[in-house]
Amino acid sequence: MDPAQQPPVPEAATIDRPGSDFMVDVLKSLGFEYCFSNPANTFRSLHESLINYGGNAAPEFITCTHEEIATAMAHGYAKIEGRPALVVLHGTVGTQHASMAVYDAFCDRVPVYLVLGNHLDTEGRATPVTWFHSARDAAAVIRDFTKWDDTPVSLGHFAESAVRAYKLAMTPPTLPVAVIADAHLQEHAIEGGAAPRIPKLGALAPPQGDAAAVDELARMLVAAENPVLVADKLARTPAGLARFVELAELLQSAVVDRKGRMNFPTRHPLDQSNRAAAALADADLIVGFEVTDFSTARSRRAGAKRVTICATDLFTRSNYQDFQRYAEPDLAIAGDGEATLPSLVEAVRRVMTPDRRRLFADRGAKLAQLHADALADAREAAAQGWDASPISTARMSSEVYAQVRDLDWSLVADVIFMQYWPVRLWDMTKHYHYIGGPGGYGVGYGAPAAVGAALANRKHGRITINFQYDGDLMFAPGCLWTAAHHKIPLLTVMHNNRAYHQEVMEVQRMALEHGRSATRAHIGTKIEEPAIDFAKLAQSMGVHGEGPISDPNDLASAIARALEIVKRGEPALVDVLTQPR
Amino acid sequence: MKAALAIIATLAAGAQGVQPSGSIERGKQLFMSNYCYSCHGTQGHGGAGPRIVVGATPDALLRYVRKPTGGNMPAYTSKSIADQDLRDIYAYLRSIPASPPAKTIPMLQR
Repeated sequence: MDPAQQPPVPEAATIDRPGSDFMVDVLKSLGFEYCFSNPANTFRSLHESLINYGGNAAPEFITCTHEEIATAMAHGYAKIEGRPALVVLHGTVGTQHASMAVYDAFCDRVPVYLVLGNHLDTEGRATPVTWFHSARDAAAVIRDFTKWDDTPVSLGHFAESAVRAYKLAMTPPTLPVAVIADAHLQEHAIEGGAAPRIPKLGALAPPQGDAAAVDELARMLVAAENPVLVADKLARTPAGLARFVELAELLQSAVVDRKGRMNFPTRHPLDQSNRAAAALADADLIVGFEVTDFSTARSRRAGAKRVTICATDLFTRSNYQDFQRYAEPDLAIAGDGEATLPSLVEAVRRVMTPDRRRLFADRGAKLAQLHADALADAREAAAQGWDASPISTARMSSEVYAQVRDLDWSLVADVIFMQYWPVRLWDMTKHYHYIGGPGGYGVGYGAPAAVGAALANRKHGRITINFQYDGDLMFAPGCLWTAAHHKIPLLTVMHNNRAYHQEVMEVQRMALEHGRSATRAHIGTKIEEPAIDFAKLAQSMGVHGEGPISDPNDLASAIARALEIVKRGEPALVDVLTQPR
Repeated sequence: MKAALAIIATLAAGAQGVQPSGSIERGKQLFMSNYCYSCHGTQGHGGAGPRIVVGATPDALLRYVRKPTGGNMPAYTSKSIADQDLRDIYAYLRSIPASPPAKTIPMLQR
C-alpha cells in the first residue's frame, strides 16, 4: 500500500499547554536573567518548560551541584546586579539543603527569589520517594528567615503570588521570598485552555524616612562639631554610593564604612575606616545608615547623640537573632537609608550657613590628614611579615591588587578573615569593587556567592576576584564545576591556612581558660594530613588550578598565568598557603 | 593598633630583670605548638592579634603572657606553659629579622 494512504499510527495525547509554560510566562514577566538550580522531579515540568518553551533564555538555567550553591550564587549575583535571580528548589530536601544560604541572604538583606517544587495533592505522589519529597507546608523550613511565602493552588494564584513575592523581595528591607510551584499545576494542562492574567509589576518606590525626622537630623548634622557617618549595608545601587559621598562632602564629615556594601571610596580623604575606633570615640553625633550592629558605634564624649536610619525597623523576624543588640538610638528613623539620602542632602543644604561651611572646610582638612596617616599605618602593618612563608594575607592581597588595579575589577570575597587588607589598602571607588560578606556568617557562602557575582559581572567584562577560604570551599566545592561548565570568568585565590582557623583560636582560648595546654587545639580544627590539593580539585572540575604556593616570590607569576585564563572568559584558581590570618 | 601598642609598652617596661637564656629552635617549635602563631603569625608579625615587639629581656613577656592587660589575649598561666618555654619563645621572637619598611615596597605605595 502507498505509505501516503496508510492510516496514521495512533499516538498518545500530549499536553500542549502545561501549567509550567504559564509559570515560565510569569517568571519571564519578572525579568529574571538566570535560574540557579539543581534538577529535581518536583519541578521537572517547570524545568522542561524553562529550557524548551522558554528557550533557556531570560532566565537561563544554570546547573548547580547543590541547592546551597544555587542559593548562595543568587545571593552573590543580587549584590552585583541589584535584583534577584531565580532559584528553583526541590521543595523538601532541596530546601533543606538551601536553608543555610537562605539564612545568609536574609541576614545580608539580599533579595533571593525561591520557587519550591512540591506535590500538594496526594494523587500526584506516584512513588514512595515522592511522598518523602512532599510537604504540607514546604516553605516552613525557611519561614523564620524569609520575608514572605505562599502556596498557590491555581495558576492564577501562582501568578499573583509570584508578582507579589517579587515586589516584597525588592522593597527594602530587601529579603528572600519563596513561592511554591505545585507539581500538579505544573504538569497538567492550563485549565480551560486560556491562561490566567499575569498581574503587572509596577515601579517600586522604596520607603523614605519621615520628613520631619529627616529635617531634625539635618539640623543635628549641621550643628555637630564632630559628626561621624557610619554605613554598613547602605548602598543598594550605585546611586547610594554617589549620594552618600555627596552628603559626606557637604558636611565634610568623617565616614566609617563597615563595608557590608561598597558605600564610600576607600581613598576618599573623609574616609576614616582605617581609624574607625578613634573617629567614633571623639564624635558628638553618630549617624548609622543601615548598620547591622549599631550598638558598637559609640562615642566617649558625654552627651553624644546617636541616630539610625534603617529599613530593618520596618520588618524583622523574631526567632533568629540577626537583629543584634538593641542600639539605644536617640532618634531612630525607620526607612531605607539609600532612599532617604536625597531628602537628607537637601535638608542639610537648607540649614547650612556660610559660617558652618567654613568650619566644615577646616574639619575636612584635618580629616584628610588623619586619613593619610591611617593609610600609612595600614601600609606599615601590611609590610610586617612581608617575606614570610606561609605567605602573609597582606602580601597575597597586595600581589593580586598589583595585577588588577588597572583593569575593570570586582572583588567579591568576604575578607574578614584576612584582616580586611583589600578594603584597608585597595583604591575602591565603584559599587562593584566590593560587595560585603555573607551576612549570617554561615560557612559555605564564599565560593558559590563569588561564582554568582562573577556571572553578574560577566556581561560587563569585569575581572572578578575571590579570596577563598579553604574550609569554606570544602562546604561547596561543586560551584567550581558550575563556573567551568558555564564559562564564568573568576579568579579564585585561596587563603589556604589549612584549618578552620577561627575554631583553632576558639579551642585554644578554651584550653587556656580551663588551665590546660593549648597544644591540642589542632584536633578537630586543622585541615591537614592529608593536605587538600586545591589545584587538583579545581582541575578535576575543568578549572585552571595551580599551587600550592608557599614562597611569596612565586605568587606574581602564578597570578599572572591565572589572570590570562580569566581574561579569556574562564575560571582559574591559585592555591596559596597562607598565614592563619 | 592600640592593642599592639599596649603590648609594646608593657614589654618595654620590663626591660630589666632576668637575662634571656632560651633556645631559638625550641622556642620556634613551642611558638607553633602552643598556637601563639595562630593570632600573631609565624613571625610574630600580627594577624588576628597584634604584632609582637619584645623588649631586651624575657621578663615583660612572661608577665604579660601570664596575665595580659588590655586587648583580647587569653592568659597562658603556668598550668598551660612553663617559664622556660616562654624564655625559649622569647629567644625565638628576638631572633626574627625585622620586616622591610612599607616605603621600600613599591607594591604598597599604590
